[in-house]
Order: sequence, then C-alpha cells, then structure tokens
Amino acid sequence: MKVMRELDEGSGLADPADSAVIEVRDLRMRYGPVEVLQGVDFTVRSGEVIALLGPNGAGKTTTIEILEGFRVRSGGDARVLGTDPAHGDERWRARLGVVLQSWRDHGRWRVRHLLDHFGRYYAPYSDEGRIRPLPTDELMAAVGLTEHADKRVARLSGGQRRRLDVAIGIVGRPDVLFLDEPTAGFDPQARRDFHDLVHRLSDLDDTTILLTTHDLDEAEKLADRILILADGKIVADGSADRLARQVSRDAQVRWSVGGEHFVHATDDATGFVRDLFAQHGEEIGDLEVRRATLEDTYMAIVRRDEG
Amino acid sequence: MNPTLHAARLGVSRGWTEFKNSVVNPQDIGFTAVTSVALVVVMYFQRDATLPGTSLSLAAVTLPSVLGMLTAFNALLGAVGSLAVEREDGTLLRAKALPQGMVGYLVGRIVSVSLTTVISVLIVLVAGLFLVPSLTRTGPGGWLTMAWVILLGLLATLPLGAIVGSLANSPQTVAGLSMLAVGGLTAISGIFYPLTALAGWLQALAHVFPLYWLGLGMRSALSPASAAAAEIGGSWHTLETIGVLGAWSVAGLLLAPPILRRMARREAGSLMQLRRDRALQRIG
Repeated sequence: MKVMRELDEGSGLADPADSAVIEVRDLRMRYGPVEVLQGVDFTVRSGEVIALLGPNGAGKTTTIEILEGFRVRSGGDARVLGTDPAHGDERWRARLGVVLQSWRDHGRWRVRHLLDHFGRYYAPYSDEGRIRPLPTDELMAAVGLTEHADKRVARLSGGQRRRLDVAIGIVGRPDVLFLDEPTAGFDPQARRDFHDLVHRLSDLDDTTILLTTHDLDEAEKLADRILILADGKIVADGSADRLARQVSRDAQVRWSVGGEHFVHATDDATGFVRDLFAQHGEEIGDLEVRRATLEDTYMAIVRRDEG
Repeated sequence: MNPTLHAARLGVSRGWTEFKNSVVNPQDIGFTAVTSVALVVVMYFQRDATLPGTSLSLAAVTLPSVLGMLTAFNALLGAVGSLAVEREDGTLLRAKALPQGMVGYLVGRIVSVSLTTVISVLIVLVAGLFLVPSLTRTGPGGWLTMAWVILLGLLATLPLGAIVGSLANSPQTVAGLSMLAVGGLTAISGIFYPLTALAGWLQALAHVFPLYWLGLGMRSALSPASAAAAEIGGSWHTLETIGVLGAWSVAGLLLAPPILRRMARREAGSLMQLRRDRALQRIG
C-alpha cells in the first residue's frame, strides 16, 4: 500500500493537495459553552487508512459526524472529496460509506433483502471504473454473512449485526469509508476477518478509510497513519513507528548470562546487542529487545498533553 | 435514470416489504386483531338498538363512523409511531446515509402506513357486512365516496402524524400523548354516539379536527340516506367535509416537508445515543 502511494506521488501528482480526499483545517465544534473541537487539522490522501484514536469524549465521533455531513461544524474548514460536507449533494453522498457506532434498525428485514435494497440506491451513481453497487452475494461472502442471508436482522448475534453494518457501509463501493468503532463486540476471528476486509478494500478498490477505535493493536495493524485526538486537538500524527520514536527512542534490552538476568535501556539497541555478543558470545540467553508499544506511546502522548 | 424517481420507486418496494413484515409480525397482528374484535363486539351489541328518532339500527351508523376513526388512528399514529421508533433505532440515519435515502424512506412509510390503514378498515368492514344488513345495499356511489373519504383522510392525517413525530424531543412520550389525544378526540367526534348529544362548545371543537369529518364522510357513504336526519342540520355536509379535510391535507403537505427536512438534518448518531441513554435512565 505504502509503495503504491509513493508511486502515485511520483507519477505526476506533484501537489499533494491534489490527492487529498479529506482536508480539515482549524475545525471547531462547540456544544453550548463546551468547545469539543478546538482547531483540528489533518489531511487524508487517496487510498490511505487512518486510525483516529483518543480518550472518550475527545471528539472522535463529532469529527467523523462533521465529515459525514451529519453535523454542522461551528467553525473552521472541512472538505471531503473536494466538497464541504455541510453542503454535500446526493452524488457526493453516493461516494461515501458510513458505519456509525450503534444501529438497531431494520430488525424485521432479512439480510440479503436488506443489502439488496440498500444497494439499489447507488445504481444511478456508477462512476467510470466504479460500478455501483457491489453484487449482494459477493458482499455477503466478503463479510461472512452468506450462511445468514435469509435470517431476519433482529436474529443476528452482536458480531454478525456489526458485520452487516460494515456491509451496508460498503455496499455502494465508497471512495471514502468512515468507520466509528467498527469492531466493538467482535470475537478474535471476526476481528481478523474484518482486518482482512479493510486491507482488501484499501488495496483493490483504493478506498480511503477513516476509522476510530479503542483497540491500539487494531490501529497499528490497519492504519497507515495514526491521529491522536485529545482535548479537542490533534496531538500526534504519524505511523505507529514514528509516533513511538517521537515519544522515546529508547528500547529495552533483556538478556541473561549464566542464569543471571539483566535489563538495559538504550537508544541504540542494535549496537548494544552487537557489543553484548562480542563480549559474552554464546553465553547470552533469553535475549529480548522491546521497543515502546503503541500503547506506551499513546499513554505517554495523551498524558503529556493533559499534563 | 432520474435518481429521485429511482429512489421513490425503491420507496414503494420498501413500503411493500415493511407492510409484509408487519403482516407476519405477531405483535402487529395481535394489535390489529384485538382492536378489530373489540369494535365488532361493540357493533354486535348495538345491532338491535336504533338511532334515536329513526328505525335504523345504531350499528348501521356506528360502523361507518368507526371506519373513519380507524383511518385517522392508523394513519396518524402509524406515522407518529414509526418516526418515533425509527429516529431512535437508526433507521432514519441509515436513510440519510444513502443517496436519496430520505425520499425512499418517506415514500416507503407512506406506502406501508396507507396499506396498513386500508387493511384494518377492510377487516372491520367485512365483519360489518355480516352484522349490518343495510350495508350490503350500498351502491357503487357509496363505495366510491368511501374510497375518496379514506384517501382524503390519509392525506389529512398522515402528514400531520409525520409533523408531530418530527417535532417531538422525546419520541416515546409523544407516541403516548398522540394516542391520548386521538382517543379524547374520538370521544367528542360523534363516533360512538351522535355529536348532537354533546355540549355546544365540544361540538364546535370537534368541527375543527379531521376525525369528526372522517366519521361524517364515512356515514354519508355507507349509511342509508334517511340517517342524515340524525346529523347536525339533517345533512351530510359533503362540501364542508371536503373543505375541512382538504384544508388539513394542504396544511400538512405544505408543512411536513420542511419540518421533516429540519428534523432529518439534525439527526446524528451521537444524538441518537443521547436519547437512548436518557430512555434507559428512565427505565432503570
């Protein structure tokens, strides 16, 4: 994915703003006296997968709802696919996919029928090279609902229900997909299947994806870039790796020599281990090099920002 | 392919599906069955009583009135109830997320509520054919009148229900309040006993709302001509019926779209969550 994007950028799209799918500048949202968003800035380029992290109440859902055109911002500028979401028309709407946090609707409909019905709304909006909607059977297979095709929605389990939400979100083959906590309530298998699906969407359909999650492991696996939203501002923006380096270059090296265990923190783990082997050779055991995990990084960034 | 027209067509198929889903839903069937049986029982006990001042069976007058009431009940409360529930459970937001989804949603609801209304009217009408012999002598003109009264009744009450359902801050409460309001209105609208038995100011109040006119229109369609003597001024007041129901329809159709649009614009996932949390607090 990353390689693809670099090729794209190298092949004539000189101005990165040309391929910006989501552009947010100084975004502000105020509910009464409370300013939830206090000047949020970020850009998402075509085909990127972005994870939006942050503590509860940091404004993740508000941000996503503004970009979906479901909420009118109090200030600042926002563009999705070149259009102000507050004034997006139906053609613009057809290019978005939306998966919100909680739905409990259409309980009496059967899975296949519902997907088929929703898909039909997109039929007049096929673009060149992007036939809308996705065929229903293909879609059900992609999210693993084939065997539940004739079930009524109310009879699905929580995880199946969530997969249906995702299926409805992508039925129109969106250019941009917004996912608000898509994997809440998934078991590990469903979570892994979902991750595969996100990779496929991003790779095959070049779908730009903005998702919120509380699962840092998920953010690290899925996202090209991570945005951390705290206190109404973006406090970090970069790959998991880059964020970790921002917070601390130190790695922890653990090893044992002759049954005795050692720990050492260093900013040059490779050099340190090389010296270690030069010194002790085959006596070294239990070697482990641990860099800051995304969780360490996240906690450090959020704490630093609050402090 | 015109996208709006396309979505409207999808709305029709959506309404048909919603209607079929409700026809096989035990809760919905139960509700229709209980109300229909209750109404039929009332008519059964009225079959030997006569309309004061005539030799007509009371049931011959009550039955058409009841059909008028059913039209208003189903259309108004159907619209209020479905909007109340569907703002809460995310159906509306889902429609908002689709291109032209609100068009499909609204057309779907109009179709499903209308079908439900017509079916519940037909159930009681068929039962009535056995209880009220004079009904079988209704001519084509009478059935035609019934058809336009139902249509006009739907137009007068369905948009009104949509407006009430959209303006409500607390959807559950408004569904209950509307039920009470329509129930109270039924008591003063000459459905189960003639309007002339009521105090003058209550009569005047009843004249403002669609329910009295729906009952009157249905009576003019299905009761024997001699029953007109029991009405105010001894006439069916057909023109006034068209006038009042028409006025409610025009007002509803003018006001509903902007109010629905405003409501839809304000719907967002976090709002939905907030309302649900509040609802849970009330229960817990």
